[in-house]
Amino acid sequence: MSDFTSNFWSIYVAAITVVAIVACLLLLWFSGKAKAMTAHDNTTGHVWDGDLREMNNPLPRWWVWLFVITLVFAAVYLAMYPGLGSYPGALTEKWSQKGQYEKEVAKGNAEVAPLYAKFIAMKPEDVSKDPQAMAIGERLFMNNCSQCHGSDARGSKGFPNLTDGDWLHGGAPDKIKETLVKGRVGQMPPMAAAVGTGDDVKNVANYVLSLSGSPHDSVRANLGKSKFGVCAACHGMDGKGNQALGAPNLTDDIWLHGYGENAIIAMVNNGKVNQMPAQGEKLTEAQIHVLTSYVWGLSNNAVSK
Amino acid sequence: MTPSSNRVIPIVESSDKGPIEPPAGADAELIALYEAHKKIYPRSVSGFFSRWRWATVFLTQLVFYGVPWLEWGQRQAVLFDLGARRFYIFGLVLYPQDFIYLTGLLVISAFSLFLFTAVAGRLWCGYACPQTVYTELFLWLEKLTEGDRSARMRRDAGPWTAEKLARKFGKHLLWLALALWTGFTFVGYFTPIHELGAEFLQLSLGPWENFWVFFYGFATYGNAGFMREQVCKHMCPYARFQSAMFDKDTLIVTYDRERGEPRGARSKKADLTTLNLGACVDCTLCVQVCPTGIDIRNGLQYECIGCGACADVCDTVMDKVGYPRGLVRYSTENAVSQHWTRSQTWRHVLRPRVLVYTAVLGLVVCAMVAGLALRTPFKVDVVRDRGSLARIVGGGRIENVYRLQIMNATELAQTYTIAAEGLPGLTVSYDEHLIVEATQARWVAVRVQIPYEAAQPGSHAIHFKISAPTLERTVAEKSVFIVPR
Repeated sequence: MSDFTSNFWSIYVAAITVVAIVACLLLLWFSGKAKAMTAHDNTTGHVWDGDLREMNNPLPRWWVWLFVITLVFAAVYLAMYPGLGSYPGALTEKWSQKGQYEKEVAKGNAEVAPLYAKFIAMKPEDVSKDPQAMAIGERLFMNNCSQCHGSDARGSKGFPNLTDGDWLHGGAPDKIKETLVKGRVGQMPPMAAAVGTGDDVKNVANYVLSLSGSPHDSVRANLGKSKFGVCAACHGMDGKGNQALGAPNLTDDIWLHGYGENAIIAMVNNGKVNQMPAQGEKLTEAQIHVLTSYVWGLSNNAVSK
Repeated sequence: MTPSSNRVIPIVESSDKGPIEPPAGADAELIALYEAHKKIYPRSVSGFFSRWRWATVFLTQLVFYGVPWLEWGQRQAVLFDLGARRFYIFGLVLYPQDFIYLTGLLVISAFSLFLFTAVAGRLWCGYACPQTVYTELFLWLEKLTEGDRSARMRRDAGPWTAEKLARKFGKHLLWLALALWTGFTFVGYFTPIHELGAEFLQLSLGPWENFWVFFYGFATYGNAGFMREQVCKHMCPYARFQSAMFDKDTLIVTYDRERGEPRGARSKKADLTTLNLGACVDCTLCVQVCPTGIDIRNGLQYECIGCGACADVCDTVMDKVGYPRGLVRYSTENAVSQHWTRSQTWRHVLRPRVLVYTAVLGLVVCAMVAGLALRTPFKVDVVRDRGSLARIVGGGRIENVYRLQIMNATELAQTYTIAAEGLPGLTVSYDEHLIVEATQARWVAVRVQIPYEAAQPGSHAIHFKISAPTLERTVAEKSVFIVPR
């Protein structure tokens, strides 16, 4: 508390605490020794309102001892735990909030270690059928993944749906694990210049819509077909994408960056850099393994819940 | 104590005359402000009120010791499972969300105490308070081993003999057994008592179970065996504000001074009119039986717990000497001072304070009963997805995701259906077979869709309708649906 100034306030606070405790003890001591004037009938002789008299009702002695015990407790507590200014307490090595926290974490880890050891020896396909592993997986997902992919893992605009069979980088367990550990960067360059005029872009967009059987202008789609060649480098001639490059399949009805003509035109004109952050540093290998199994199970197990 | 005029010394108004001097004429003395506890040896008593007290002791302890052993289906009938956060009370399964019923229970308890106190004084203290009940039981064990008041006092004053040692040892053994059984029963409300019994016999209780069995046992032993009246006099918070509920029509244990004074011993055959004596024979039995060690003939005192032991013992003495009963009796201040008959006293029971307490108590009881009767046997929390506001999915539909926590408060697995309304063309989808196991809670991701451009961008109120077909109940929960720009 006084790292960059002086010990003054620490000593000040500690002194007040100690003086207060000692004062309590002295008060108790002297008031116990003090004698009160009483009349012979166990009243103090004070009378109010004509007939209301003050009686001497002594405190039981055990009550005094309880008071002393609290003072002793305070002294022992302050000696052992941090509480007296910046004095860390005799137990500081064993007791501190940080120490308590680390102890709890270690205890938690020790408890789940055998579970994780069991899961990591299993294939992800099998882990995904273990209800206990899936309960852990769901919690890991909720804490680490749902912020982007949604709590039902169905994603959002710009964040892929993980429950369908459509994978940008491959849906095999080892591919999912790779994505989790290293993260991914999806890159679509701005293609407006390569495609041609604004009208050409609109035509290509309609062609792309036609690939998936979405509502489109068939005349423009036909015109756009020839211009699709520049897109084919990544998305393939048939538009089915390329998982090695992370290029999306354009023939399904799944639109990662928005639905409809306008969204496609915007993609062609502006391109996009989309990033999945690497989780390898953040999560342990065992956690990644369980998470991989959970995510794989989302799209491969019929009843995933 | 009748204030005699020669002891009345008015307090000096002005403070600049220094400390108040001991009054001239009164023998002033110096005494310590703390004093060692003087042990009270209450004499055992029998009579009408004593029988009532034993009846409440039996009744309350039958409930306390008996209830954990009752079974209800496959489980303990009353179990407060703190670990799983479920309270089971016969057919009822309570979640932490049902905390309001505890509040209701506490309000009912408080107003019952207010009502009983306003009508009949410290009825609770003298008859049903655990402190009284366990002191009563411990006193009974003490009488079994050490005999009644005079025997106990004689033995305590005498030297240590083998007999004294044996009797004391026996008493503490019995006390400890009862105290431990009490602690064990207490923990039995929180841990299934059959398992607890097995663990207890094998000495394999968990650390917290051990702690509470012994802590509660120790508290019983200490409070009922040693602290006794001191708990009422120095610790009990309720005793401190009970006087606020007293008025001149409150039933109190009272000594009929007019009839009793002047007190004094007399021959049974003596003529009272010539002796100029009241009905009190000054046998001091009322002082001997008092569990808080007061003399009721000095008037109502804060230590009096209203148990009526003095009334019982005085009635037996009155019977013996052939006077009418009731020299010490339950009566009210007004009834005694104005010589009311029984029916006149009864007429003063229903006064505004009592009526208000009764009305409030009745209201809360009705609300509580109705609340429990109309309680839906499941609860739902709706949490909008924290990750995404809204999304556009295949077919151009707008989708919002919610997580619904369904809490099943029945003891059978239940299947639920979720519907929603509030926007045109709204559809709801979730994983099939929405089954929630008995007394369990489950989170379910629910997707709500509306057609593209079916609603203006912005947030719209929607209502989830969660139904349990077998329970024939539906719970409605409000949420919002967000349409992106």
